[in-house]
Amino acid sequence: MRPAYIALLVFAILFGAFALTFADAARLRTLRAEGSATSAALVERLGLTDPVLFTEARYTRHPTQADLQSAFQDHPVAFEHFPSGSLVPPPAGLLKAYENLDRKTETPD
Amino acid sequence: MRIWIEKQKHLIDFTLASLARRKAKNLGLLAIYTLLVFVLASVALYTHALRVEAQKVLAGSPEIVLQRLIAGRHDLIPPGYLEKIGRIRGVQKMEGRLWGYYYDSVVKANYTFMAPRDMKIERGEIVVGPALERSRGLAAGNGISFRAYTGELHTFIVADVLPETSELVSADLVLMNEEDFRAFFKIPEGYYNDIAMNVANPQEVRNVAIKLLTTLPDSRPILRDEVLRTYASIFDWREGLMLALLSAAILAFGIFAWEKAAGLSAEEKREIGILKAIGWETNDVIKMKFWEGLLISLTAFLVGYVAAYLHVFYFGASLFEPVLKGWAVLYPRFSLPPHIDGLQIATLFFFTVVPYTAAVLVPIWRAATTDPDTVMRS
Repeated sequence: MRPAYIALLVFAILFGAFALTFADAARLRTLRAEGSATSAALVERLGLTDPVLFTEARYTRHPTQADLQSAFQDHPVAFEHFPSGSLVPPPAGLLKAYENLDRKTETPD
Repeated sequence: MRIWIEKQKHLIDFTLASLARRKAKNLGLLAIYTLLVFVLASVALYTHALRVEAQKVLAGSPEIVLQRLIAGRHDLIPPGYLEKIGRIRGVQKMEGRLWGYYYDSVVKANYTFMAPRDMKIERGEIVVGPALERSRGLAAGNGISFRAYTGELHTFIVADVLPETSELVSADLVLMNEEDFRAFFKIPEGYYNDIAMNVANPQEVRNVAIKLLTTLPDSRPILRDEVLRTYASIFDWREGLMLALLSAAILAFGIFAWEKAAGLSAEEKREIGILKAIGWETNDVIKMKFWEGLLISLTAFLVGYVAAYLHVFYFGASLFEPVLKGWAVLYPRFSLPPHIDGLQIATLFFFTVVPYTAAVLVPIWRAATTDPDTVMRS
């Protein structure tokens, strides 16, 4: 087969795959609609205001409900005081900064 | 027309043969180009889908949430506020909400405790979110103890687990009976964390919020619109942050591609000289180079975009998850329904395919319009 036909065939396949992503997106939307509907129903039933994206602090768990004086939240560059949004995971030492006194109680949690 | 098509086929044949002569260089360029499109398309697809999903899911959140602030900090809503709000015209439905945070030192995670009004939960029982089920290995019928801030241990039986499909909004929830909630956090009867309300006429939401502020000057109403706007800006910001970080890579690629496309190597110049000497017209040389630019950039765009689609919607955007989702101990596992923004993809196409194809043509036009003898000798 001459190279031009191979190139055209490859492009036909790639364009087909490109178009297929839109068809597949419609299919997946229908398949995953149940999840969206369940979440939306729960939001309405419980009166929820925020998705569970970052649970480490009150102003990251509920950014829309945090008081205006929460750390940095009025400035987008410093939106999150906690490691959310940063590129690196929190340093191991940070997690060990506090003594877990509650685990030393006689009755375990 | 037939002649024109046949000519293009021959030009493509020649272009491919020419590209194959510098195989390593062109394959390297194609790989980097594809990778760049893949990264940019992944960010665009993921953030757009997350933004649309958040807007969709939160469309049913309360129209107004009223908080009470004292010295810039949240305070409990005292008895009497609900009656005062009830007298404001336009407020259709209102209810005091009881919710708060609990830090679980066992898994180093925060949970959101809540006492729902519209869900019947027996005393001593809880309904937990799916992430909690995973992290603490809970199932219906299991018992779990939480230490209250007073130091007392409260034991609960898991009555049910919220559906996994709702994980985006329920991952860290612990729902309990109102009396249990008040006993756990020592919140006296008649006090609430905030008040959620709906307004009879959606056009009047702002007016009702103003009336609320006048009636209760220490309150802070949060409108649903603000909630939706906050999320739109968060995802815009995250997308922007990711793109800002990628800008160095984009710039490096730009320089690389420009150098490759705009600077002709001696070998390429010789090739053009020979083509012209054997009778090719300037027009044909430009067409051949146009095909070269288009073949490379279009392949990179299509492969990069399709790979990004699969990465985001079939593999959960695993490469960018930590950046786009944030870092958290408890994280929901959810499959995003794909929402593709045509304009975003068209912009990506325009900024990836067009500049490269155009950059290829400029030096060729310059070389192809000069005398073949000069080109070959230079």
